[in-house]
Amino acid sequence: MVKEYRTVQEIAGPLLLVGGVSGVKYEELVEVELPGGEVRRGRVLEVDEDTALVQLFEGATGVSVDSAKVRFLGRGLELGLSPDILGRVFDGLGRPKDGGPAIIPEMKRDVAGSPLNPTARDYPNEFIQTGISSIDGLNTLVRGQKLPIFSGFGLPHAALAAQIARQAAVLGTEGSFAVVFAAMGITFEEAEYFIADFRRTGAIDRAVLYVNLASDPAIERIATPRMALTAAEYLAYELEMHVLVILTDLTNYCEALREISAARKEVPGRRGYPGYLYTDLSTLYERAGRIKGKGGSITQIPVVSMPEDDKTHPIPDLTGYITEGQIILDRALHRKGIYPPINVLPSLSRLRDKGIGEGRTREDHANLANQLFAAYAHGKEAQELAVILGEAALSPEDKAFFKFAEVFEERYVKQGGDENRTIEETLTLGWELLEILPLSELKRVKPEQIESYLKRTGAEAKEALAKKEATKET
Amino acid sequence: MGDTKVQGTIRKVSGPLVVADGMREARMFDVVLVSDKNLIGEIIEVKGNLASIQVYEDTRGLGPGEPVVSTGEPLSVELGPGLIESIYDGIQRPLDKIREKVGAHITRGVSVPGLDREKVWEFTATAKAGDEVVGGDILGTVQESALVLHKILVPPRVSGKITKLESGSYKVTDAVGELEGQDGKLELGLMQRWPVRQARPYRERVSPEEPLVTGQRVIDTFFPIAKGGTACVPGPFGAGKTVVQHQLAKWADAEIVIFIGCGERGNEMTDVLMEFPELKDPRSGEPLMKRTVLVANTSNMPVAAREASIYTGITIAEYYRDMGYSVAVMADSTSRWAEALREMSGRLEEMPGEEGYPAYLPARAAQFYERGGRVRTLGTDERIGALSVVGAVSPPGGDLSDPVVQATLKVVKVFWSLEDWLAYERHFPAINWLTSYSLYHDSLEEYFRSEVSEEWAGMRQEAMKILQQEAELKEIARLVGVDALSNRDRLVLGTAKAIREDFLHQNAFDDVDTYTSFPKQYRMLRNIIAMNRHARDAVEQGVPAEAIFGLPVQEEVSRARYIPEAELDELDAIAGRIETQIRGLVEERAGVSDVAQ
Repeated sequence: MVKEYRTVQEIAGPLLLVGGVSGVKYEELVEVELPGGEVRRGRVLEVDEDTALVQLFEGATGVSVDSAKVRFLGRGLELGLSPDILGRVFDGLGRPKDGGPAIIPEMKRDVAGSPLNPTARDYPNEFIQTGISSIDGLNTLVRGQKLPIFSGFGLPHAALAAQIARQAAVLGTEGSFAVVFAAMGITFEEAEYFIADFRRTGAIDRAVLYVNLASDPAIERIATPRMALTAAEYLAYELEMHVLVILTDLTNYCEALREISAARKEVPGRRGYPGYLYTDLSTLYERAGRIKGKGGSITQIPVVSMPEDDKTHPIPDLTGYITEGQIILDRALHRKGIYPPINVLPSLSRLRDKGIGEGRTREDHANLANQLFAAYAHGKEAQELAVILGEAALSPEDKAFFKFAEVFEERYVKQGGDENRTIEETLTLGWELLEILPLSELKRVKPEQIESYLKRTGAEAKEALAKKEATKET
Repeated sequence: MGDTKVQGTIRKVSGPLVVADGMREARMFDVVLVSDKNLIGEIIEVKGNLASIQVYEDTRGLGPGEPVVSTGEPLSVELGPGLIESIYDGIQRPLDKIREKVGAHITRGVSVPGLDREKVWEFTATAKAGDEVVGGDILGTVQESALVLHKILVPPRVSGKITKLESGSYKVTDAVGELEGQDGKLELGLMQRWPVRQARPYRERVSPEEPLVTGQRVIDTFFPIAKGGTACVPGPFGAGKTVVQHQLAKWADAEIVIFIGCGERGNEMTDVLMEFPELKDPRSGEPLMKRTVLVANTSNMPVAAREASIYTGITIAEYYRDMGYSVAVMADSTSRWAEALREMSGRLEEMPGEEGYPAYLPARAAQFYERGGRVRTLGTDERIGALSVVGAVSPPGGDLSDPVVQATLKVVKVFWSLEDWLAYERHFPAINWLTSYSLYHDSLEEYFRSEVSEEWAGMRQEAMKILQQEAELKEIARLVGVDALSNRDRLVLGTAKAIREDFLHQNAFDDVDTYTSFPKQYRMLRNIIAMNRHARDAVEQGVPAEAIFGLPVQEEVSRARYIPEAELDELDAIAGRIETQIRGLVEERAGVSDVAQ
């Protein structure tokens, strides 16, 4: 029998202090009944002797000290799961939002999850073709990776995330593929954009959506990604599907955490965010991966909007320390009309080298990517130099790099919102662009690769190689 | 120690912090078992009857009234055969055994001893009955892995006369012999325990005099770390801290490597676990795993155990140092350790210092790094053991004014500054050659002189001077253009570029380039410097710098990194070609001017 308490002592922000309780456990699920019969959910943040501090997911609006009835349920927040969740839309706490019937659960899981044993992990090394050159070619996504998109306000991260979901799904059809989408505090329009896109392409049948909108209670956002990841784990490890999880926008999630931390009067870390932000974020991001002996996988694409486009802001900063790389969107590229405006230089995929190469993509992939990176970096430097000195004053070598950087952005980075390039197309395009540069500058690729992939100058290279051999002999 | 067992009850639960009542008798830093789930915790504050406990496991579902029992012992690790090739969590529980027991996800209250109780080891006694021994003396050996001969030591603070000692097959819990000490008879076993927060004793510290050879050119040549030295690798995310740490763990010529994954990514530990058994030690040809111990407390594992993980790791390291080995500890990342400290400090409602970190952070960091060093160990044979410590630091936004970086720089002697702009250019390792430093150059000079070359120090300084000049010239070139620089200055830029791109830059993922021995490093740098010297003379005689860098031999110098270790003669041949080709240019030039006259 669950005891009911009418002993609320204090209400502050989303927090409730309940006195005179006994047998209450840390992180326990709580129900608060309002006089009108409305039931809200919360969880125990702290217990101290006979008082419990409760965080309400749906906020404390309308809760009064005298009338609220509090029940402690003796279990954590759970999510009911069955294959029927596919194709459904839920709210941020996992209740149906699409007017459909309630899910009859085959199993229930605590949404907090538990840490995966590092020895049980299988290393992510299967290439995912997203059809986007700047990702596939340079910052390759692999199955089981967590690769966030660092964006800013007004940048097309939603379009990019949707395109990845759409195009990665197509290639994933040989295994069963699913998309789990968690919206945290985004606008109705942005959420609708994703839902409409999933409908348009039919992906909705293989998608599960958890939606907490900007107008929904902020604290609910803390549960939303956990709902989504619990569903993803069920799909990946019970139904053995390859799951792509899109979490947007983590910045809103962190702000909700900060709100609670402030209400608890905790000592703040940087910019008022709690000192445990890193640990908290890692309990979300680290739920990506693969498990030995299980067919499925969880690949995460979290979207983080950087306040003032500042990469050193605590949220992108801590995210970058946990995730396996980052895709950074750039406002200057966006202004130039380049979609997707991915700035490849600070972008990174830490798992790239494990997922590419012979047998996965092609043997020249890694060296080609390094060469393109180095050349583009050099080109950007030349562009900066040209701003000061004028283009005419550049050395012939710098001029070549200058041109390379321009063409690279226009042809390699830029592509259509529905353009789905195969990895071969992306690699060929890369070699085509290298034709712009003098042969002696191609230090990151091997001579044999130059010979076989560089069309125009490939013959020249062969000649130079022969000449070198000759000088060696003399 | 039954008299010190104290039983109390939980009064408060707040995240990983539990406050228990009725704990007046309990001692600071004693291990306690919390609730009937037997979660492991450690007392970190005592106030009257109340003890604050940091719990090393998830505290979900705990509540007031549940029991807390003190074990009367501080947090300790088991030391003995079986450590090598293990992967432990922050409090020395073997993760592979946990997985066998409870599956892919880590659940709570799992109790597995650090050392395998069933495994039988072949013990060969080297001491014998009748010997007088003191702490640190070697009783015998166990071949722990193909690479590690485990020496069984008399525990510190124990001495007396051996009354019985026999070679044979033993489990770690078996007695291998007996010792008659001042306090009576004492059983001698293969295993001993040691509290992690206490440094293991040694006879005396001695100065380091040998480098820890890492095969990484920028480190070995420009910023070497000594065996028994300490180093710090700070850098923003994506700058390649972890790759540097992995490279050191793979290639450093330490006899034992302890890799501590402290609050980092799960997949990184998986990477190490899958890769190390495959990689061969360049010296013995055996898998690298056979000299490695892993301590993994990933970011999503309980935060308090993260705090303990670096102590667990370094205590194991000290134990091997005591056997007379050269041990290297890599801790990735100490920022996560500091954050765990901060989180517990916040929950204890302590007055925060900088950035919310507790005021005792610098002291704790210093204590940790000071456990490194080269020592004369206990025991009568006066073995020398060395413990090198390399700590990664992850400062927010790469900002080096971060309290953890500052606390670390105060105590370490080597600073490898990783920078993101280098990483963007895919210049790896992204160690900034102008801001990094090593304070070991002087103490290692003798070694370099006798083992590498007489001219080594001079060459290194010359190369560094060129890099410094480049930095200044680049500023000028940015304003006036490269063409406006003198021929001589353009030569400096060209040589600096060669040092950066052909020497400092090193590809960890290329089979040959990933490791460069000292003889090869020496030859590579010698060629670049020789090229510069010859070129300087040529430039004096009017040869344009561009002509020199257009020589065919320039490309050979660039590609020297891909020459296998077995073919170092090739590098000497290049040196010859440098001279002839540049001389050719000078003669050509002289010919041209003769004609003009």
